[in-house]
Amino acid sequence: MTDTRPWTETKVVGTAQPRIDAHERVSGSAVYARDLVLPDMLHAAFARCPHAHARVKKVDVSRALAMPGVRAILTADSPGAKLPFYFTPKGPLSWLFDPHCRHEGEEVAAVAAETIHEARAAAKAIAVEYEELPFVVDFEKALDPGAPALHEGGNRAGEPEKHERGDVAKGFAEAEAVVEMTFRTPCEIHTPMETHGSVVKWEGDRLIIHDTNQGVFDLRSAYAQYFQLPLGNVRVTSQYMGGGFGSKLEPGKYTLAAALLSRQTGRPVKCFLSREETFLCVGNRPPNLLKLKIGAKRDGTLTALQLVGVGTGGAYPEGSDAGYLASDLYLCPNVKIEETNVYINAGKARAFRAPGFPQGAWALEQAMDALALKLGLDPVALRLRNVPKVSQRRGGIPYFSTGLAQCLQDGAKAFGWEEARQRPRGSGPVVRGVGVAAGMWGWDGDPRGTAIVRYVADGSASLTTGASDIGTGTKTWMAMIVAEELGVPVESIHVDNADTDTTPYAVLSGGSQTVHVNSPAVRAAALDVKQQLLEMAAEQLKTDVASLELKDGVIADRSAPDKKVALKDLKPLQEQQTIVGVGRRRPHPKGKVGLPFVAHFAEVEVDTRTGEVRVLRLLGAHDSGRVMNRLTYQNQVFGGMTMGIGFAMTEDRVLDRNTGKMANANWHDYKIPTAKDVPPDFACLPVDLRDTEWNSTGTKGIGEPATIPTAPAIANAVFHATGIRVTETPINPTQMARLLAARKAGR
Amino acid sequence: MERVSRRGFITSAGVGAIGAAALGGAEAETAAATVRAAGEPAPITLRVNGRARALSVLPRTTLLEALHEHLGLAGTKPGCERGECGACTVLVDGQTRYACQMLALEAEGHEVTTIEGLARGEQLSDVQKAFVAEDAMQCGYCTPGQVMAVEGLLRHEKDPSLDEIREGVSGNLCRCGAYAHIFKAAQRAAAARRNGGK
Repeated sequence: MTDTRPWTETKVVGTAQPRIDAHERVSGSAVYARDLVLPDMLHAAFARCPHAHARVKKVDVSRALAMPGVRAILTADSPGAKLPFYFTPKGPLSWLFDPHCRHEGEEVAAVAAETIHEARAAAKAIAVEYEELPFVVDFEKALDPGAPALHEGGNRAGEPEKHERGDVAKGFAEAEAVVEMTFRTPCEIHTPMETHGSVVKWEGDRLIIHDTNQGVFDLRSAYAQYFQLPLGNVRVTSQYMGGGFGSKLEPGKYTLAAALLSRQTGRPVKCFLSREETFLCVGNRPPNLLKLKIGAKRDGTLTALQLVGVGTGGAYPEGSDAGYLASDLYLCPNVKIEETNVYINAGKARAFRAPGFPQGAWALEQAMDALALKLGLDPVALRLRNVPKVSQRRGGIPYFSTGLAQCLQDGAKAFGWEEARQRPRGSGPVVRGVGVAAGMWGWDGDPRGTAIVRYVADGSASLTTGASDIGTGTKTWMAMIVAEELGVPVESIHVDNADTDTTPYAVLSGGSQTVHVNSPAVRAAALDVKQQLLEMAAEQLKTDVASLELKDGVIADRSAPDKKVALKDLKPLQEQQTIVGVGRRRPHPKGKVGLPFVAHFAEVEVDTRTGEVRVLRLLGAHDSGRVMNRLTYQNQVFGGMTMGIGFAMTEDRVLDRNTGKMANANWHDYKIPTAKDVPPDFACLPVDLRDTEWNSTGTKGIGEPATIPTAPAIANAVFHATGIRVTETPINPTQMARLLAARKAGR
Repeated sequence: MERVSRRGFITSAGVGAIGAAALGGAEAETAAATVRAAGEPAPITLRVNGRARALSVLPRTTLLEALHEHLGLAGTKPGCERGECGACTVLVDGQTRYACQMLALEAEGHEVTTIEGLARGEQLSDVQKAFVAEDAMQCGYCTPGQVMAVEGLLRHEKDPSLDEIREGVSGNLCRCGAYAHIFKAAQRAAAARRNGGK
């Protein structure tokens, strides 16, 4: 079944429902791949390049091979190890073990041993002779004449990303106010709590991969291709996984090395990265330099937007563009965006929660704040003047619904924006301010997938879905949909997920698509079960199926209430014992598009003596369509804003310009937000426009938008408090103290 | 055995027994009484969740490894293995400790409580129930450590203020950012405990 009407009222969906797997998560009994122990299992570790840029001249494994517990060592020369990595349209740029190491931490060899300590000791004992090469780690210098080239053809990673409409020269000529500013955002690292890794074994020519990832089916395809196996011969699982944020979508060298070592030794192999390794080799949010110019009429109507950007996806191809928001968040007829992506000697970027959007928001939303000041307009009012009804980026396709105005208006009201804006900022050394920033997420997802509901004769049910629950509560809202449609209590619905052997295809859990892509399929599967039950009852009651309804375990005829049958007396159900309902996601409706919108409001306190900034409160107003589960929705919003605090205030990969190596590859020196960095006052305000056209559940997605505008909202609040515009993240005491001192000195 | 100082280690580097203890972790000052050569397993008995557990570990083995790898108590999670994240938080004699920052040898003679020791059978503890009710988790990987941190806090402070709660879990990172819900769970658990475990 695929076609279903939108909900009007719901009983279960939209309530606050504790997770169906919360017991496992709080009791410690949930088994993550990191916890998995298989009989006779070996442990694997990598030897990695310690230099920023080097060529491997010689690898001598003889001493390592003789060490206690060592069972196998893989190098670039091992049979089957020449597996391609990091693709361009012209082909792969690298290999599992590439003798040309382009960043600190590139994989050179891998060891399997009886214990992890033996594996790590042996990996250290592998003697590698390197020829060190000159390096470049500052992306703003990667295209300088004489900068060391990472790849043949230089450090330009593909053609610049461009978007152009209208005529910006004309637009700026028409403008009555123009702001032009330069912004920088350093590199952010994902650092999920569970490090990256896999437990791999072979069963003959079947490859079994227990993994921590965000999309088992995409990875199955990748590994099947690497080993030239039919899809059915590869099993990938990721039921409990300890966070990803985009960094667990790509094939892992750790998985491939474990698979090769497992095949060679005939034993299962576990390969998990250390915390330090995850800072170097499994992705990051690209750093950007963004030069933004905005022009507007006196009333705030935007006339032109121009963005010139440079960014880096590291040593290998990965988009670093951050221009989407400038092209689509606000109505503007004249837009020109050009972004250059360069290579540097650092780990490759990966998708990171709303790739490009927090960087773009940092620039656009601070520039809008500056523009509002210049025009003498309220920052909320300026934004409201430019709310689009169509996606200009997509050539003018209308949105099904645009909640941007409501997010700004309702958010401002709930936050007490106008009062807070008027309040004195403080006359002492500690000053206060408030700021706002808006955003949207620009991807409408990949609407494919199937869900299967099994309804059991006693009125309980189970659901299978291929989707990963990456901490967002996927399994729980899915159970809520089944409960909604079939009246089964949420707590007696079991959900099996993310196992390519036992669950139907689902797209990856990322890009805020999991809810809006999968929920219609789950709903259709439940309705398929319901239809089958009604048809069984129609036959048994000898009545028309269209007049029957299922309520509280009884199917009854609406026109003749005495014509009814309890499910326990429904003969075909009791005979079959299990009814299987299958639901499929239909494609998006054509001609319009559905995207989530957001506005964040922040209040901060700045100690002008020390440069310390405290976030006092944050409010997130989100148009993400229908709220499926109030509890997990709010958790996503607060979690996204918490990550936004990290982006705004604490996180910054430091590459040592003298060595090209990362100086803070650990959680002590690379600061992510702690419990003391989040405000005591967090508020979540859902804006639901009851979109009935976009899909059958009226959902849009919340994961990415929740983190997009937090940082500029904080920066705008800091400006409001101090009059200091912080254009470069992070807003930490070091930077604030410098800026405050510079102001004092009149610089 | 006498206390082994860092200075003592430096001057006597290479001496098997002392070196072995010091190699095991940074906290040589508190090295345990029984010290063996680095490559030789030592039989130890740990008291974990009220039971004596005999095992044989290399002196370098951390309490985290002993729990997670040797005893199969996988609720105590490795997150950084260097005292930064708190995913491996346990109670040692009722005090919150990072299990990765203690040698298994050092834990001998002390009462270790892990996440598996909180529930009675399948009956969750008050703190665990509060975490469920407030959805004080996302991916769940840091959750056992967060629960243990709140348990440790409530054993010492029956009615913690929000600031005390924030301080109490500030050694436990949550990359998903469930902190706001964790605070609520701690408040709910504290209230439940004050009201007699209801």
